[in-house]
Amino acid sequence: MSTAAEYSVRLTDTTLRDGSHAMSHKFTVGHVRSTVRALDDAGVKVIEVTHGDGLGGSSFNYGFSLTPELELVRAAVDEAKQAKIAVLMLPGLGTIHDLNQAHEAGASVARIATHCTEADISIQHFQHARKLGMETVGFLMLSHRVSPEELAKQGRIMADAGCQCVYVVDSAGALILEDVSDRVSALVAELGSDAQVGFHGHQNMSFGVANSVFAVRAGARQIDGTLVALGAGAGNSPTEVLAAAFDRLGINTGVDVQGLMAAAEDVVKPYITRMPVMDRASIMQGYAGVYSSFLIHAERAADRYGVPAWKILEEVGKAGYVGGQEDMIVDVAVQLAGANA
Amino acid sequence: MTVTRKKTAAIVGSGNIGTDLMFKIMRRSQNVEVKYMIGIDPNSDGLARAARLGVTVSAEGVDWLLAQDELPDFVFECTSAKAHAANADKYKAAGIHAIDLTPAAVGPYLAPVVNLDSLTDVMNVNMITCAGQATTPIVAAVSSVVPVDYAEIVASIASKSAGPGTRANVDEFTETTAKALEVIGGAKRGKAIIIINPVEPPMIMRNTIYCAIPAEAAEPGQTQDAIRTAIDEAAAKIRDYVPGYELRVEPQFDTAREDWNGNGRVGVWVQVKGAADYLPEYAGNLDIITAAATRTADLLAERIDAAAETIGANA
Repeated sequence: MSTAAEYSVRLTDTTLRDGSHAMSHKFTVGHVRSTVRALDDAGVKVIEVTHGDGLGGSSFNYGFSLTPELELVRAAVDEAKQAKIAVLMLPGLGTIHDLNQAHEAGASVARIATHCTEADISIQHFQHARKLGMETVGFLMLSHRVSPEELAKQGRIMADAGCQCVYVVDSAGALILEDVSDRVSALVAELGSDAQVGFHGHQNMSFGVANSVFAVRAGARQIDGTLVALGAGAGNSPTEVLAAAFDRLGINTGVDVQGLMAAAEDVVKPYITRMPVMDRASIMQGYAGVYSSFLIHAERAADRYGVPAWKILEEVGKAGYVGGQEDMIVDVAVQLAGANA
Repeated sequence: MTVTRKKTAAIVGSGNIGTDLMFKIMRRSQNVEVKYMIGIDPNSDGLARAARLGVTVSAEGVDWLLAQDELPDFVFECTSAKAHAANADKYKAAGIHAIDLTPAAVGPYLAPVVNLDSLTDVMNVNMITCAGQATTPIVAAVSSVVPVDYAEIVASIASKSAGPGTRANVDEFTETTAKALEVIGGAKRGKAIIIINPVEPPMIMRNTIYCAIPAEAAEPGQTQDAIRTAIDEAAAKIRDYVPGYELRVEPQFDTAREDWNGNGRVGVWVQVKGAADYLPEYAGNLDIITAAATRTADLLAERIDAAAETIGANA
């Protein structure tokens, strides 16, 4: 049996980043302040605040932010008493210039994300973040697409560049139980004391929390969640459930479980415009291994071109598109509509 | 028109781009022939292929080239932005036209179908990036009809076609491309995104171009028709030297939205299938920049001869 002494895990809440997808990037300074206050009071130590697609994500392709993300970062920094504020960036979309601005706004953790086979495009960004004195986290997105051994090699590239914690990121909610622990174990074996290992889960096939438990048991020390599961696809591992389940399992997170349940119920739920749900389209994302944030874009294309969202997502999965290729959804929808005509 | 005597060229850099360019010039140029190829690695595949094809090769760098009795008319820089910044003055002092395929941007950005005719000083021109060559002519086409407040492009390339230079400098790639959407495309503001995709078999290079357009232009009517025509014409001009350049679907018009500052939008989905002169056809990203550089040299060769004739006539 596990005991509190065996595992000590840091929870990172990304309601204000991954949740941005489900909010169509319409977070306000008010949302950010109330959410950060509740998370900070409950003892969460890292809170991520950025456009859903990371720094510079405000665009035609991913959706424009209602409030400039740096304004949201500044509000979060101002509100947090003990928590560090993190930002996400995807090389190829955000740049070192964006990272500098986020750092000036007070962000102190840089989370840098690449597709799980392309870690070498992040080297200059990790080096720069460390030079700025930021804590660093590396995201290997769509981790289900490669073997544990291949993933570990990519994690090594990030760690050598200055990444302090490499995450297995289940962007599609496609990993199931041992899929996660095998990948975490491979990274732990490769990285040793050079970097920690983390896990970021999605609920598309409902495994977010269970996968996180498997990740911790395999040696992960940082785990992501969002309040009320607010996030891309069917949502993320819910932070308040992670806290409660980890508490029951004797995994020490140092957070106030009741405080997080209250934060989910009283602070976040009232402003959610679209509750995360496992429906045909989002389950298809997990099943076909499709990047979770494609969901709303597929639904919009479905409305416009008269083809079902799940069908679009299935085709996107077959084509092997990766995070950031939201533009391909319209192409797929138009081709499908043409085939139906 | 063709020139009376073929101009000579040196390719500096024997990696993927330099090697593809060599084949492109040999197979497709009317006015230019490859005389030299310069690398730094004597064992590189590029130099070996060049030597087999009768090109004079050297692994001793640009100083070797400039010490030759017969200097080339053109030099194609296929090294890195840093290397070109160091070499540019030497080429200029030697009176050699430099066509720069790195993002150094010592000289003005150039998309041959858009702005070659309007450039007066062409001793050093910059070919932007592969995505810049694929997208700026489309943005320029839209902004020839209506004002474009904002243009955004997403370029997707196959992992196998992204060399170490591209990988180490993704920031330079996106920033250079975004700036060219403004300078060449005519957009008030530009943004560029690059995605590297490892799927097997490798995906063919794709570019999606979004332009913010006035609300009325996004509605069916004469302006919208004029935009469609301008896009089709630009694509046809590019196809003239990149046969694999095609629109995947008809341009898609979206009606005005509040979160687009009241603008509408036109979206253009482009696929660039390469000619497979060196890397296979998925590497349209190599193809479009080497083909643009070849086209530029062909046109400049004509211009040089035309200028020489004028001087002769005046004498």
